[in-house]
Amino acid sequence: MSKPIVATASLAGCFGCHMSLLDIDERILKLIELVEFNKSPIDDIKTFTKQCDIGIIEGGCCNSENIEVLKLFRKNCKILISLGECAIMGGLPAMRNGIPVKECLDEAYLNGPTVGENKEHIMPNDDELPMILDKVYPLHEIVKIDYYLPGCAPRADLIWAAVAALVTGDTLNIPYELVKFD
Amino acid sequence: MSEIVKFTIDGKEYEGVKGQLLVEVAAEKGIYIPVLCHWKGVKPAGSCRICSVKVNGRFMAGCTTPLEADMKIENDTPEILDIRKAIVEMLFVEGNHFCPSCEKSGNCDLQALGYRYQMMVPRFPYEFERRDIDASSPKLIIEKNRCIFCKRCVRMIKDEQGKSYFAFKGRGKHLQISLDKKLAVTMSEENAHKAMDACPVGCILRKEVGFAVPIGKRKYDHVSIGTDIEKLNK
Repeated sequence: MSKPIVATASLAGCFGCHMSLLDIDERILKLIELVEFNKSPIDDIKTFTKQCDIGIIEGGCCNSENIEVLKLFRKNCKILISLGECAIMGGLPAMRNGIPVKECLDEAYLNGPTVGENKEHIMPNDDELPMILDKVYPLHEIVKIDYYLPGCAPRADLIWAAVAALVTGDTLNIPYELVKFD
Repeated sequence: MSEIVKFTIDGKEYEGVKGQLLVEVAAEKGIYIPVLCHWKGVKPAGSCRICSVKVNGRFMAGCTTPLEADMKIENDTPEILDIRKAIVEMLFVEGNHFCPSCEKSGNCDLQALGYRYQMMVPRFPYEFERRDIDASSPKLIIEKNRCIFCKRCVRMIKDEQGKSYFAFKGRGKHLQISLDKKLAVTMSEENAHKAMDACPVGCILRKEVGFAVPIGKRKYDHVSIGTDIEKLNK
């Protein structure tokens, strides 16, 4: 039987969850024996080259590109996992959610105390830039998500336990110390 | 003289003092009924409902219900545990609880209940209401994003004349906690700390002391909330 294929992505996140994935230390050797990686920042494969079994996504959706990538993952992965607080509830980027977008942009590019040189009052407006959304959305409000691994970042042992359980089909028993929201 | 009555919790028979509140009776027997708004010795408010139990088949708030003879109390059943989990989830989506940036994280009762019930994701959609932070008083920060309206501070923190430092303002969706600006200026160090400790979440914070305990040594890092009560039973 061929190895299960894993894809990962970071949307509106800080890559901390990916760092935590690397924190499984020497078990990473075991991991590459267990699974094959496809589209992921870890192996730098930019586009899906085949159907994947497990998609692991860090970060919420703050712009149109995030939504596009997320939908692409849903299409190409059998199982999608929300990894970390940002994916599950928007996380720190979602602190802007109660504030209108215009107010945020004005503060960032026009009125903020560190904005000194923007005399022409330019807002980022290049066509290449993805459109910013009205708020930061948790992943499960955009597509169906199968599993959730909370934490900021999720403990390496939690990611390991979850991925190993998925791949081997074992029951996942999560010790108290592994489920944390910070 | 206090009357001793018989009752059962989850089918097991116990004896207790009639009129005592259910959460307190249960705690004495080593049975944990979670609380967020209740504080021993303070007049019960019954505002959070996390202590919901079934008494003779009907849902009751354990923190406001006095013990009566022959009560059949259900506490640890899948139905009740799911209702409690739903309440925790509702509180999480109703306010803006960004645990990673909160200095109460690790010592927060609401978060600890999320851990206890292994809340991976709330079943309800997030509200993301805009709420303000009031840092105008000399000793305290009031982070309204995190308030769960338990009313502990209103009921507990008072000056020598018995005046409350805290009060509720507005109604329904617009309800918010507020600190009396004039009274807050003269607030004692003792009261400031008492207010922070009474707050079950990270809404009331003492200024200039945050993040004193490192990750790994905080209250709920290794043991679940309620363990101290449950170990009486073992």
